[in-house]
Amino acid sequence: MTDVTLQPAAQEAEMGDYIALFKPRVMSLVVFTALVGLLVAPVAVHPFIGFVAILCIAVGAGASGALNMWWDADIDAKMRRTARRPIPAGRVQPGEALGLGVTLSVFATVLLWLATNALAAGLLAFTIFFYTVVYSVWLKRLTPQNIVIGGAAGAFPPMIGWAVATGGVSVESALMFALIFMWTPPHFWALALFVKTDYGDAGVPMLTETHGPRVTRNHVLAYTILLVPVSIALGFTSIGGPVYLATAVLLNLWFLKGAWDIWNRTEDRAAADNFKVEKQVFKVSLYYLFGHFVALLIDAALRVGGV
Amino acid sequence: MALHVEHELHGRRRGRNRGVGLLLASFVVLVFGLTVVKVIALGDAGKFVAFDGSLQPQLLPQTDPATGASQ
Repeated sequence: MTDVTLQPAAQEAEMGDYIALFKPRVMSLVVFTALVGLLVAPVAVHPFIGFVAILCIAVGAGASGALNMWWDADIDAKMRRTARRPIPAGRVQPGEALGLGVTLSVFATVLLWLATNALAAGLLAFTIFFYTVVYSVWLKRLTPQNIVIGGAAGAFPPMIGWAVATGGVSVESALMFALIFMWTPPHFWALALFVKTDYGDAGVPMLTETHGPRVTRNHVLAYTILLVPVSIALGFTSIGGPVYLATAVLLNLWFLKGAWDIWNRTEDRAAADNFKVEKQVFKVSLYYLFGHFVALLIDAALRVGGV
Repeated sequence: MALHVEHELHGRRRGRNRGVGLLLASFVVLVFGLTVVKVIALGDAGKFVAFDGSLQPQLLPQTDPATGASQ
């Protein structure tokens, strides 16, 4: 009789495990901001070309998510939040994630180039490079300012959307980039203040752990103040309008008030009410970004409607 | 006793195979759609002809023998 060795069934991945590699939640933000960048641009894009372009941007974002999970598998395994991701859980082999990530990056970039133009494809390729190499490989484990510079990767999508339509870069697209870029640090640090993480055990320098919550609170306020002029300036470009300006003023006041409250608190008070303010400001930061981009869309629709 | 035993692993493989099949099929639709849109955008489908490795005189820039200006 012959012995039969069965491969452990747990090693075989499901389709959902591969989808999890692409970080679908991050992808949704990328798709939304890229779509707004494309729609507010002064040049009309054929709907099907626009659909393919957004799909390419989404696949590019997903591919960089897979590359990030491939590189970070060692630290993901050490943290509770990420230990169930497909690679540390053993359902997807690291090599599979690397292969998928590289292949889909090339695929998305080339298809975007063929469907639209070289600049949009170049920006997408640079975004993938920036997120994977500059953020994941280089900065994430090196400096507590990692998310400040790494945030640039998340800020590129509206610029790519704009480039899909116009074939160029402009003040408008640069300011949409700057808006997300400046928004990322206070958004993320507000979260870091109330989420008990184990980044320290995994050897990832987070501002809350390297410099403590006091310094983090200072940073949240400082970056929120720096964010305001960017947000308002965008309202005075060709894509701004009354709806955007009104929304921006209100959202900035709301976010500034929250950042001020965060700055004005001691750790004891925060712990006493279970980080109520920090959690609230984190939510406000989400409304802030979403509100800005929705307002841009509304103003664009009003312009098209001739209002 | 039935000899055909369905292992749970086969179910997962089937799911994956269907997923990949669906992805490939949508990719075909995508490229076909892009082609249709791009050709229609040309206005004249004849313009779709491009250099394919062999000499095609109709693609050469035409010059007026009298003036030398390109037409």
